[in-house]
Parts: sequence; C-alpha cells; structure tokens
Amino acid sequence: MIRFILKRLLHAVPILLGVSILLFFVMHLAPGDPSYYYFNPDSSPETQARMAENLGLDQPLSVQFFRWISAFARFDFQYSLIHHRPVTGLILEALPRTLILSSAALLLMFGGGILLGVFSAARRNTLADHVVSVVSLFFYSMPTFWLALMLVLLFALLLPIMPASGMSSPNADLLPPLQRLLDRLWHLLLPALTLGLSGAAGIARYARGSLLEVAGQDYIRTARAKGLSERQVLFKHSLRNGLIPVITLFGLSLPFLFGGSVLVEWIFAWHGMGWLMVSAIGQRDYPLVIGCTFFYSLMVVLGNLVADLLYRAADPRIRRQS
Amino acid sequence: MNGPFARFRQNRLALAGLALIIIMYLGALMAPLLAPYAPDESIDLINNRNSAPSGTHILGTDRYARDIFSRLLYGARISLTVGLAAVGLSLVIGTLVGLLAGQLGGWVDTVLMRLVDLLISFPRLVLLLAVAAFFHRSILLIMVLLGLTGWMTTARVIRGEILALREREFILAAGALGASPVRVAFRHLLPNCLAPLVVTATLGLGQAILVEAGLSFLGLGVPPPTASWGAMVNEGRHLLLEAPWITTFPGLAIVFAVLCFNLVGDALRDAFDPRLEGVKEG
Repeated sequence: MIRFILKRLLHAVPILLGVSILLFFVMHLAPGDPSYYYFNPDSSPETQARMAENLGLDQPLSVQFFRWISAFARFDFQYSLIHHRPVTGLILEALPRTLILSSAALLLMFGGGILLGVFSAARRNTLADHVVSVVSLFFYSMPTFWLALMLVLLFALLLPIMPASGMSSPNADLLPPLQRLLDRLWHLLLPALTLGLSGAAGIARYARGSLLEVAGQDYIRTARAKGLSERQVLFKHSLRNGLIPVITLFGLSLPFLFGGSVLVEWIFAWHGMGWLMVSAIGQRDYPLVIGCTFFYSLMVVLGNLVADLLYRAADPRIRRQS
Repeated sequence: MNGPFARFRQNRLALAGLALIIIMYLGALMAPLLAPYAPDESIDLINNRNSAPSGTHILGTDRYARDIFSRLLYGARISLTVGLAAVGLSLVIGTLVGLLAGQLGGWVDTVLMRLVDLLISFPRLVLLLAVAAFFHRSILLIMVLLGLTGWMTTARVIRGEILALREREFILAAGALGASPVRVAFRHLLPNCLAPLVVTATLGLGQAILVEAGLSFLGLGVPPPTASWGAMVNEGRHLLLEAPWITTFPGLAIVFAVLCFNLVGDALRDAFDPRLEGVKEG
C-alpha cells in the first residue's frame, strides 16, 4: 500500500514538471517582455532594473529556466503584485475554502446522483424514469455559472431566504462559535448546491446505466430464480456490484469539480482558489495566476491518488492485479 | 431492428435535437436578415434601457438598450462557430495522436497515453484561464485553445478502435498485400473509426460550447462589444432582479444548444453501438 502511494507520488513529479515548463513557455511566448508581468508599470526605471536583477530576468533564458524550475520545486512563486504578500501564503489561505466547497459539492453530487440513478434503474422505462432522464440531461447540459445565477435569483432575490454571496454574515465575528459555524454552512449551501446539482445529473445517468448493465448478469437471474423479491435483488445484489463503477467517477469528476468551483466561487464571492485566480487575472497579478495554476495541478495529482486508493479499497479485483 | 440510421430515426427526441441544431445554425447564418436590430446598436439609450420583453423587443433590452434577441442571433455565430472550429482541431489532433499510439505501440503509445491521462484529469477551464491570461483575447485564440485542450477523448477512442481492428483479417490482409502502415492507417483503419468519431465530435461540441461560455462569462472569451452567449449572461449578472431577461435568455440558448448536441450524440452512440442497446431498452 505504502509502496503504491510512493510510486504514485513519484509519477506526480514529471506531471508537475510539465506544468511548470508549460507555464515558462507561455510566459516567454506571450506578447511583451516577461518583466511586464512582474512589475508595476508605474515604478521607476531604476526600481524595475533592480527587480529584474533580483528575479534574474537579466540572465540568459537557460539560466532563467533552471531558476524557474527550482523556484517551483521550493513552492516559491514570488510576491503578489496586488496583495504585496508571498503568493504561496495567499494560496494556502484560500485552498481550504476551495476544499470545503468541493467536498460539500461532492457529497451532494454523489448522494443525489446515486439516489436518482437507483430510482431510475428500479423504475426503468416508466414515465418516472423518462422524466428523470430528460431532467438529468437538461441539468447535465446547463452551464454551472448560469445555474448559479438562476438559484441566486430564485432563493436570494425573489424569495430572500438565502445569502446571495459571501462566506459569512457581516456580524459573524460577534457570534458564538456554534452559530458562526452554522452561519458559514448557511453561506456554503447555495454554492455547494449549484455545483452538486450540476454534477449529480452526470452521476445519475452513469449510475442508471451501470445498474442496468448489472441487471443483465447471470447472478441476478439466479437471484430472481431462487425467488427473491425485486427489491431484494436490487438492494442486495445489483447495488453492490452496480455501484462499483460509480466510484471511478470520483476521479473523473475532479476536473469538473475544480473547473466548476472557479465559476461558482467567482459568482458567490467564495474566496477560494478559483476566486483568487479569476481576480488575479482581472488585476494582471501574474505571479498569483502562475501560483494558482501550479497548486491546481497539485490538487489534481493528489485528488487522483485519493481516487485510486478509493477504487482499490472498493474493488478487491484491482488490488490483486497490482 | 436494422441499421444504425434506422435506429437513430426512431429516437424522436434526438431527431428534434438535430432539427433544432440545424435551425440554430441557420439562424446564426442568417442573423443579418432575421435580427430586427444591429447587435451593437443602442436603441434610445435614455428611455429604453433594461426594458422588459415586449412587441418591439421580444426578449427585452440590456443596459445599453441593445435588443437581446438580435444579440442572441449574432451571439450564436460566435458560440456555434467557436465550438465547430475547436472540435475540428480536436478531431485532427486526437486522430493523429490516436493513430500514432495505436499503430506504433511501445514507448510512443505509453508516452502519448500518459499525456492523455494527464490532460484529461486537468480542469480544462483552469488550463484555459492560465493560458488566456497572458495573451490578447481574440476569437482565433479561443478556438485554438479549446481545440488544443479537447482532443484527448478522440485520441483514446481512435487508439481503442485501432487496437481492436488491428488483428482483424482485412487489416492483416492489407498489410500482407504490401500496403504501408500509413496507407493501412488512412485507407483501412480510419474509415472504420468513423462512427465513434462522429459520436465524440457531437458530444465534444456541446462541451466546447459550455467551456467557451464559461470563459466568456469570466470576461476571457471573445472581447466586447461582440455578442457571445456567455458574456451576455455576465452582462445581466448585476441586474438579476431588475432585468432577469438579460441573464435568462442567453443562458437558455446555451442550455438548449448543448442539450441538442448531447441528445444527438447519445442517440448516435446508442445507434452505432448495439452492445449498449440492451442497456437502453432494458
């Protein structure tokens, strides 16, 4: 097990190296001088020259390249041009918020998706199944950012029961700890629901297909033949095997979760990594953009490792293979 | 049931989707004829801002008193052609990578498939944001970036098909008759991959439209004042309660465009892949 984890972490090194090389090339291929991305254009020429020297921008490209890679290896992404603080510190502050939002969305997405999928599979080819299928496809085709705005319109503006944005109420600091936590969860609900609804549709479609595939297997026919009720067949035999492939969706849904959270964080002013990255792009804070991209790749790599571990835990056949 | 086309024709929802796709492309093509106003034209900036849908403006106006219906029609040109160009590029790259990996095998296959695994596990939007942040925004840039980040599924599908086809008699026969590997690839393997290619392309179009809309929504798509559906949704974002039509209609346009591509793509997959038939019909 530990060998497997170490091996996978070793595989992550070329991936992260690839991302840093890609970013290096993007920066040097982009129009204008790279120094343009690192200084305040209003600063004096002397200051700019000094900063260029500090950052090594006066060195040959090959030297810059190795400096760049070694800075990435040390998680050193310079200072944010807007916040005047180390980029890594800013990101480490935002990272837990993104993880909270993504985990809440993940729970809603898999909980809701599996429930819907089981419901559809159990009532296959009835009117209810068709309605669920069409509605799922509708949500599956919906842009996450538009769903977010529609939910805001519905639950925060027309029926003002939920906060439209932000991570806490203005008076949150004065509340006792428990109420502060509830306040935070209350603000989390709408963004998490947006991402969850958007993702649940895909899970439901997949779970239904997977359950129906299992339904054609011999051991299901055997279970029926020995006189089990449909309900027993479904819950005891179909679900256990039919839901194993759904676990692979955990890894496959990570790109959706992280990409979607960028938009959702931006709309709900949820100050996580996505919000940080989009506002950094708007403010031309390039060191921060680069830092965010690198940390996203780190999250993808670690997320995939977790997904593999989950899959190994769920399906003994995989464990025996490796 | 008989051939795949007969199976496809039986899916009424997919047929409706296909019809809607054709109507949308025709609408985009004939936007100058159909649109009652120019897309960037302010019609009475003083009295006509954020007007509700009415007889003169069937979908209302935005905060610059521009006709939303006209902008939707012109926006369709952006959203639908960006998707088409991006998917075209993805198909070319994906097919070449898949062919190389499937035909050459060995370490080439390992390296290419590793790359596919890596790119496919990356949030496409984050990758696009990171690159788009450094370049001047243009339609061409968005098309190329979407194409460069969308080819992985195609590569996987082509490679899988080739591995399955390689041992078949007609491919072995072509090789035995002295056809070069390149000829075998383009004359014998590729034509047999057409069905899965069409399916991935159709589903990819929906995805490309969604991602383009997301980029435009964040202000990193096609630069204003050019109308695109994602940017139009963003323009109404702070007027949600006062003028919900500004946000609602472009959003619905995106949903229906993507929905149609998904419906058609799903139906094509079911029609071409009889293994799935039993699953769908129960």
